[in-house]
Parts: sequence; C-alpha cells; structure tokens
Amino acid sequence: MSDDKEKTKEEFEPKIIAFLCSWCSYAGADLAGVSRLQYSANIKIVKVPCSGRINPFYILKSLQQGADGVWVSGCHPGDCHYLTGNYFARRRFTILKRLLEYIGIEEGRVHFSWVSAGEGQKFAEVAREVAESIKKLGPAKRLVKK
Amino acid sequence: MSDIQQQIQEHAKKLLSDKTVDLFIGYKDINEPMLTEPAFIRDAKDADQLIWNPFCEHNLAKYLVGRNEKIAIVAKTNDVRSIVVLINEQQVIRENLTIIGVNCDDVIDRKKVEAEMDGKDITSAQIKDDKLIVKAEKISKTLKIKNYLHDSCLDNKRDMSEICDIIIGEKSSCKTEEDKYAKIRELEQKTPEERWEYFKKELSKCIRCYACRNACPLCYCKSCFVDQKFPNWVGQTTDLSDTMCFHIMRALHTAGRCVDCGACVRACPNGIDLRMLTGKIEKDVKELFGAEAGLNPETDNPMTSYKEDDPEDFIK
Repeated sequence: MSDDKEKTKEEFEPKIIAFLCSWCSYAGADLAGVSRLQYSANIKIVKVPCSGRINPFYILKSLQQGADGVWVSGCHPGDCHYLTGNYFARRRFTILKRLLEYIGIEEGRVHFSWVSAGEGQKFAEVAREVAESIKKLGPAKRLVKK
Repeated sequence: MSDIQQQIQEHAKKLLSDKTVDLFIGYKDINEPMLTEPAFIRDAKDADQLIWNPFCEHNLAKYLVGRNEKIAIVAKTNDVRSIVVLINEQQVIRENLTIIGVNCDDVIDRKKVEAEMDGKDITSAQIKDDKLIVKAEKISKTLKIKNYLHDSCLDNKRDMSEICDIIIGEKSSCKTEEDKYAKIRELEQKTPEERWEYFKKELSKCIRCYACRNACPLCYCKSCFVDQKFPNWVGQTTDLSDTMCFHIMRALHTAGRCVDCGACVRACPNGIDLRMLTGKIEKDVKELFGAEAGLNPETDNPMTSYKEDDPEDFIK
C-alpha cells in the first residue's frame, strides 16, 4: 500500500476482483475479449460456478487482503443455469451491500451486475464503469489488514 | 414475582413427576449479586431450586439444540421467538417441547446498573417491589427497576402466547412498540466517515472471546467459520480488520433469523452494542423482504427463499 500513497489519484491503478458466474458473465467476458472490446485491465477475474456460490466472505476477504474493489456478476434473473441461484444471491447481496455501506465502507467499492453470455458489449461497459468508480475512490483503506 | 417463581416450581414438579418431560430448563440462583444461572432439573425433588427474578437474563433456547429428550423450558417473550426459529430450522422438535412462557417485563440490565455505581463492584442487590437496592463498597442506591431494563426487552413487545404451552403471569403490560430502529436510523443519516469511526470505536473494544457467538441461540453450527483453518476465513487476532470481518460475518449469519433477544449484548464483557449490527440487518430484511424472524414456525427464512421481483436497484 505504501506505493499507492506516493502516487496521485490520477495514476492510481486499482486492484479489482471480479467474481463471475461461469455460465453467463464469464462467457460475456469471453465474448468481450473475442470481439476485441477494450475494457479496464485492473479487473482480475475469478470464475465461480454460480452467483449463488459466492459467499459474502469472498467479498470481505478480498477487501481485507488488499483489493480496492470487488465486482460480482451473474446471469440475469430468470436465466440462471441452476434456475434460482441468482435469486438467492440477490437477497444476500442486498443485505451485504447495505451492511457494508452502513459500517462505513464507501459506496462504490462493491459492485453487482447481471451480464449474459451474449452481452460482451455490456460487460466491457460495466467493467469500465466499475474501474472508474473505484479509481475515483482511491486505494481501499478501511477493511485492509495491515 | 415470587408468585411466578412458585408457579414455575409447581409446573416443574408436576411435569417431571408425571414424566411428561425428562428435563426442565429454568433458572437457579448463584451466590453473586444480580446473576442467575441456567438450571437443568431432572428430578422433581430438585424443583425447589428454580427461581424467577428480574436477573433471569439468559436466553435458555441455547440449550435446546442437540437434545433428544422431552424438555420443558422457561422462556421469556424473546426467547420464545428464538425457539420458533429453532423449530423452523428443524433443530428442535416441537412435539418434544413444553414451552413455559413468562412475561419478561422486568429483566434488569446489569450494565446499566453497574454504570450507576462509579465503577465499584456490586456486593449485593435486592428487589423490593418495583425498586432495586444495590450496594457496593460505601455506596447504597435505590433504583427504579423500570429505568434499568434491557433495551432488547423494551424494544420487542410481542404476544407469543399462541406458541406457548403454559403461560405464567399476566400479559405484557409494557407500552406499544416505539420506533425500535431509531438509533440505527440516526446512524444511517451520518456520513460514511462518521459511521466508520463509530464502528471502529465500538468494535475495537472486542477481545474476540466469542461470548456473543456462544450466547446466541442461533449459533449452533458444529464448526464455526472463526474456528476454521482451511480456509482460514478470519484471522484470530484483535486487529481491527479481523474483528470487523468477524462481526460483519456473524451479523450476516443471523440475517433473517435474529429475533433481537439481546443475548449477544448481555454476554459481551466489553459492552459492545452488537444490536447496532444485527438490528440493521433485521430492519433491512423487514423493509425489503417483509419478513420478521421467530413469529411463525411455518414461514420460510427470508434468506433461503426469494421473490422474482425482489428489489435490485443496486444491480447494474
């Protein structure tokens, strides 16, 4: 983190962990790549079977271990490969997001989206949006374990 | 008060001697001012040990999980709600249970009383009608009980008599529920920096003794995430980051299940107001999903169910 302090906000390159479901959003990322769409290189992708597989701890642990932001993406409601995984995930994320913001983690550290396998364009757009908003916030300091 | 105690003893004697139950869980006295301890009575002869007074603060629902016998339990209003959650989660078999509901209008918050005693250890405490006479070294104070009750008792006034098998004492005489989330709303209005400072201050008191987890009737996992080593979800230190993660996760695990019985707050040796965390989730679950835990054994847990049109305005 000491390197980040010396850099100005313009230069700051955030570390963003993206948890993508393997059936929709990961395929969407693939499509964005195949279509040669430009999106932020700050995003490091972790492929998970379903957005319902994402334990809130994954998000917390990422923030604790030095990620500046987290992005979670899954299939659109109704399109889940496992039929209902993302519905359960949605409730969990609603509570988690509200709790994190309540505790004082800045709004914009954690992002959620639905991206289907056909939405390469949307993937690139959301990726840019996520990266920009986290860049604006600067390096994460609150939950980071020193 | 002694009338309730007498009735508890009589019920215990009857239930144990006619073998309706194998075990009676209630409260007994220990030689410490303002404290009681759980009593596990198996023999009708021992029923005289059972007591009832404003110091019976434990949520005895904690002791129901994993027992395969017929049990009678003394439960205050909030404790009944904990039992309902345990029944709902199939941790307790309703048919094996005799719930003795006691109105919990006057359960005294020890910490509020201790705060009056200038940091001196309380040497004796006696109840006289609606007053509490506490003595510490060179100090003696007479306090009005109704000013020293637990917040969780004051905030949750429900009629749970439909669930109980036996009801002792008159119905709750307390006032209607005020806005129990007022403190949380107030904090929500502040800036993220102020909120962070608040939780930083509050949670840095934590010594990671896990008393909150151990007292919680809903924490019955055989292996808890804090004890897991592979993966090591949360570090075993009192580093702020670790304590934060522990408390966030503990609160999340109670989402849609916490009935706000206040057992965690009472157990905390450092007086951390954990209800500010669990209460926030309780409030959100109520507002967003319209669910409240522990009112009906038949309803689904809001976190293991869904609606297709759940709010998702935060999702891109």
